[in-house]
Amino acid sequence: MFNLAKKDRTLLLIVAGMVLLAPFLLQPFAQGSGMAQFNAGYPDLMQRFVIFGILAIGFNILFGLTGYLSFGHAAFLGVGSYSAVWMFKLLSMNVIPAILLAIVVSGLFALLIGYISLRRSGIYFSILTLAFAQMSFNIAYSVLTPLTNGETGLQLALDDVRILDGMNTNGTLPSTNLLPPSLVNGFEMRDTYHLEIGSWLFQFNTGYYLSAIIMLISFYIALRIFRSPFGLMLRAVKTNQTRLNYTGINTRPYTLAAFVISGMYAGLAGGLLASMDPLAGAERMQWTASGEIVLMTILGGAGTLIGPVIGAGFIKYFENIFSKINDTVLHGWFGWLPDGMEDAVVWFVHIFVGKGWHLTLGGLFMLVVIFLPGGLVEGGQRIMNLFKRKKSDGAGTDKQHHPKSTPHVAE
Amino acid sequence: MDIILLQLLNGLDKGSAYALIALGLTLIFGTLGVVNFAHGAIFMIGAFTAVTFSKILSFSFVTLDPTQKNFLGEPLEVKTAYIVHWFGESTGNGLIDWAVPLAILFSIPVMLFVGYAMERGLIKHFYHRPHADQILVTFGLAIVLQEIIKYFFGANPIQTPAPDMFRGSFDFGVLIGYAENAIIYPYWRLVYFVFAGLVIGGVFAFLRYTTFGMVVRAGMADRETVGLLGINIDKRFTIMFGIAAAVAGVAGVMYTPINSPNYHMGMDFLVLSFVVVVVGGMGSLPGAVLAGFLLGILESFASMNQVKVYFPGIDQIIIYLVAIIILLARPRGLMGRAGVMEE
Amino acid sequence: MGILEVKNVSKRFGGLQALDDVNLDIQENTIHAIIGPNGAGKSTLLNCFVGKLIPDTGSVIFDGHSLLGVKPHKINQLGVSRVFQTPEIFTELTVFENVMIPCFAKRDGAFRMHAIESVGSETDIIEKAELMLLDVNMQDKKDMHAGSLSRGDKRRLEMAMCLAQDPKLLLLDEPTAGMARADTNNTIDLLKQIKEQRNITLAIIEHDMHVVFSLAERISVLAQGTVIVEDIPDNIKGHPKVREAYLGEAQV
Repeated sequence: MFNLAKKDRTLLLIVAGMVLLAPFLLQPFAQGSGMAQFNAGYPDLMQRFVIFGILAIGFNILFGLTGYLSFGHAAFLGVGSYSAVWMFKLLSMNVIPAILLAIVVSGLFALLIGYISLRRSGIYFSILTLAFAQMSFNIAYSVLTPLTNGETGLQLALDDVRILDGMNTNGTLPSTNLLPPSLVNGFEMRDTYHLEIGSWLFQFNTGYYLSAIIMLISFYIALRIFRSPFGLMLRAVKTNQTRLNYTGINTRPYTLAAFVISGMYAGLAGGLLASMDPLAGAERMQWTASGEIVLMTILGGAGTLIGPVIGAGFIKYFENIFSKINDTVLHGWFGWLPDGMEDAVVWFVHIFVGKGWHLTLGGLFMLVVIFLPGGLVEGGQRIMNLFKRKKSDGAGTDKQHHPKSTPHVAE
Repeated sequence: MDIILLQLLNGLDKGSAYALIALGLTLIFGTLGVVNFAHGAIFMIGAFTAVTFSKILSFSFVTLDPTQKNFLGEPLEVKTAYIVHWFGESTGNGLIDWAVPLAILFSIPVMLFVGYAMERGLIKHFYHRPHADQILVTFGLAIVLQEIIKYFFGANPIQTPAPDMFRGSFDFGVLIGYAENAIIYPYWRLVYFVFAGLVIGGVFAFLRYTTFGMVVRAGMADRETVGLLGINIDKRFTIMFGIAAAVAGVAGVMYTPINSPNYHMGMDFLVLSFVVVVVGGMGSLPGAVLAGFLLGILESFASMNQVKVYFPGIDQIIIYLVAIIILLARPRGLMGRAGVMEE
Repeated sequence: MGILEVKNVSKRFGGLQALDDVNLDIQENTIHAIIGPNGAGKSTLLNCFVGKLIPDTGSVIFDGHSLLGVKPHKINQLGVSRVFQTPEIFTELTVFENVMIPCFAKRDGAFRMHAIESVGSETDIIEKAELMLLDVNMQDKKDMHAGSLSRGDKRRLEMAMCLAQDPKLLLLDEPTAGMARADTNNTIDLLKQIKEQRNITLAIIEHDMHVVFSLAERISVLAQGTVIVEDIPDNIKGHPKVREAYLGEAQV
């Protein structure tokens, strides 16, 4: 099935199962219970999980395989969003053409930037991509205001042309859809089916499922790329470009192809973000946004298949949860401590939660880079190995004979 | 002509800041071989030592003045800074007024320590890791530092004025024979430029004329050989990291009157400083200084209306544009050495 | 007409004349050794063959193609492979993946967008890679991380990678440097075997005279950037010019 090795097929099926059942899995706590704030099964957040997952999967094709660290990927995300919103303004509220345009435009943009940036490698490449992204950001804010609507951001308006379905507006802004509401109901991105079982509420959102399916396709394509001769060449680029050149391989088109593919993934993510919520702002292109993409990928595990998805989900989840924890919540948690100690603990924890989320993230990221260069995936593997070794120690096997695991073989 | 001169002057202070940060970045890169994405954060911390210092100077106690009444008819609470109390009205207030320049004395030891702690605590473990790892870990550190500052000082910019006598501007044009009000230049910017010149000169003189500096320069050129001579180069490099931090720190201190410090100013400057370093040539100290001033001035020229008419938005992108062209046409930068960071 | 013709090649680095009017003619299907004291310009010459350096003057013709200014990967695709002094392999990949890459390069050329097929379905490549590993006796290490191999194994792996491309000309830069005598002899046997089994020309830079005289069919002696003698091994031994060049070094 899917022309995959057994291990990869299992991985794909697990990911598919988790993504499709996410409305259940992410909603483990009953409504109104004290733990309900840790639920993540609502449409907006779930959409973010999968869309940023796509972004990180794409970034990983470049950074994880070739080792080229781009600090400008947010530019493609932004370009994708702008393209999609323009499609909504000019053509139709259907998301398919918008997403396609987002992919095409960001792909072309990536071709241009990649063609120039890839003439250099290492830190120079990072700075070139950073410079390009900052340039795009600044231009989007200033000169291109007619296209981007500057600081306000690009959004829908009542007088938009919308060639295909401009007629249908009745004084309110239309919403994005997969199939026009005049034909079928229930295919607007915001449509959500609510299912209540006891005091549990499960939400099934059209936008989420569209994004989820696109994410699964993206994941599948990434899987194929990882296992392909092309993917092998990209990994070879990372370890030894000199040898590749002396083996008759021209590395430039390989790296450029990887760059464009990952740019298209970012554009797709941008287009999807705009499809869920039709607006696009320049801040999506800022270099701190690029930094966040890097964070996600590294945190999860660069060069591994599943790592970036985990990283994206992890960051988006805790960003959401952490920013909701305030002092009241903390006092609720630590109420059992003696008064003075309670205040001290709350004060201390307070630094890291709420608005302090970025502090936690930065610190966590440092810890991962220092101790777990393979990210959370490597952490998981280490824990698994620990258990395995305990078992095998009991059996009295040869401890010396532990061949070094290859960190860049995708899991 | 006067317009050009005006822009030249306007470019100098920003150029000075770029040059100072880039100088430190280059020192760290040249000596330790580390790409430090947290250097902007050091600049930012420097600026906040000035804020802290001025707060310390204005620590006050409250007394009730029975001769004055507030609107409720109660005795007025009067805040008196300890420093005014101790040294008397004129000296005390003078000290508070001069908080920013005086903060340099306060910030140098603080920044030396910050640099030392950073190098010993974190950076030294990354000497032999790939540059990508160095970028990543220092990027994480930059986030942590800026969030800590944000926690203590809040998200809003904090006004930190220059001493009274340097507030306001002077008419530079008249001095050199132009019409009145043709070239108006704020005093403090001139101070900043002169200060930057002194610091840069100091660093170069230190590297040039002291034994310590000679060893460091030799180490920058060929680390192994110097190590073989039995000289403990690592210890000197640690000190250099501290010095680089101090340079960025005092650059931040003196910049506060020009731009009220906020927690993300470091990140804003970092990107541009890296561009400066690359344009100047990785590992070249004169290159960093030259490129800093060059790009500062270029940016200032690009923001002239006469230029913007022809190239709208050029002021927003000129630095990046120049960086891209230089990187492609002259990958070693203006004054870079061969073989630096060329994998 | 040799397979590699080098005519009047000179190269300067600043004040140093690294190569000074070098002429060299390597015949097809021979083992040709290039020897000479340290600093004679052997490595510089080799770098001119593979596109790493471009000579200031002169010409390098391989199999009818000029190599001047041609990119390394194009030269390789013409049929020139190089084994480095310190093995250049893909340390983060497995031994088997290392050998597969040149097989792909041979079959698909400098670039092919092979993004959807899986490596596992490329049976012809897999078969060939297995054979190459068999040739250097490393089939039992095929799943090992190439970076964790011993130095000798790394060299053998690199050799297998170069041979996987069926090069017409194989350049070897000190293939036995730092090896123990037993390993050296193994390498000599391996090279002899390669030469017998294939239609290949070997050009070897070597310091170890034992290796040179056990293998070479022709020897060029390089000194101070120029070829002072070129002849069959028997005539090189005891040649006065060679003695002069090596004076102070190991006697020939």
